[in-house]
Amino acid sequence: MNLNTLAKEFGLTIKAGAGSLGREVTGGYASDLLSDVLAHADEGSVWVTLHIHQNVVAVASHKDLAGVILVQGRQPDADTVAKAEEEKIPLLVTDLPAFELIGRLYKAGIRGTQAA
Amino acid sequence: MRKFFEDVIADEISFSFKYNVAGQTLRNAGKAASELKNVLKNLGICPPLLRRIGVATYEAEINLASYTQGGEIRAQVEKWGVTVEAVDSGPGIPDIEKAMQPGFSTAPDWVRELGFGAGMGLVNIQKCSDEMELRSTVPDGTHLTMRFYYTT
Repeated sequence: MNLNTLAKEFGLTIKAGAGSLGREVTGGYASDLLSDVLAHADEGSVWVTLHIHQNVVAVASHKDLAGVILVQGRQPDADTVAKAEEEKIPLLVTDLPAFELIGRLYKAGIRGTQAA
Repeated sequence: MRKFFEDVIADEISFSFKYNVAGQTLRNAGKAASELKNVLKNLGICPPLLRRIGVATYEAEINLASYTQGGEIRAQVEKWGVTVEAVDSGPGIPDIEKAMQPGFSTAPDWVRELGFGAGMGLVNIQKCSDEMELRSTVPDGTHLTMRFYYTT
């Protein structure tokens, strides 16, 4: 499954990185602690968070994540979008709160990291 | 002997890189780690090692930006591996043992609001690097050394 499919399936709005939506999503991670994501997310995962500042893109890029989904309709800062375009990191927005979105992603077959 | 670049031929070669990191702001934090990662990628370092170096350097850069008045990231690329150092000129860490404890943090609110400062950075640096050395003197500053070895 890739982010293109997920975006269509769950009505996600694409904010940046439209050219990289075809990458296979191999897992998921949810956290609003950037340090936690840095320590524990697996490469190729999609990251669910409510942070909208540009450090999100740096973290996603360093962890080689497939993309980031911002919850509750939160709009990324302008410099976050610019950085995501530059780093080719897909940035998507859902109106759903995190729990609801993650439940649907899980149902669609996206699994989380198994061990810390 | 191998050819490193079009016009650089030697028996051995090493590279040094230095990046300045501003303190007291996380606005551009990650730039040094990203640039270093790009350069190491161009030098042919394999993706798994590249990722470890990138994450550890990024964590060190976040620390410089969050806790110090600014500092430097220095990288040395050698035949055996890569050394990355994060050096600052204060305020220093009073108790290194405590600083290394998972979850211990002295992060100010503005750092925590951005999702950092959870007391995981140094632990993650240790996890990502093959060797880590942390020396600090109050108020002179901190010198973090991380070593990464090539695996064949």
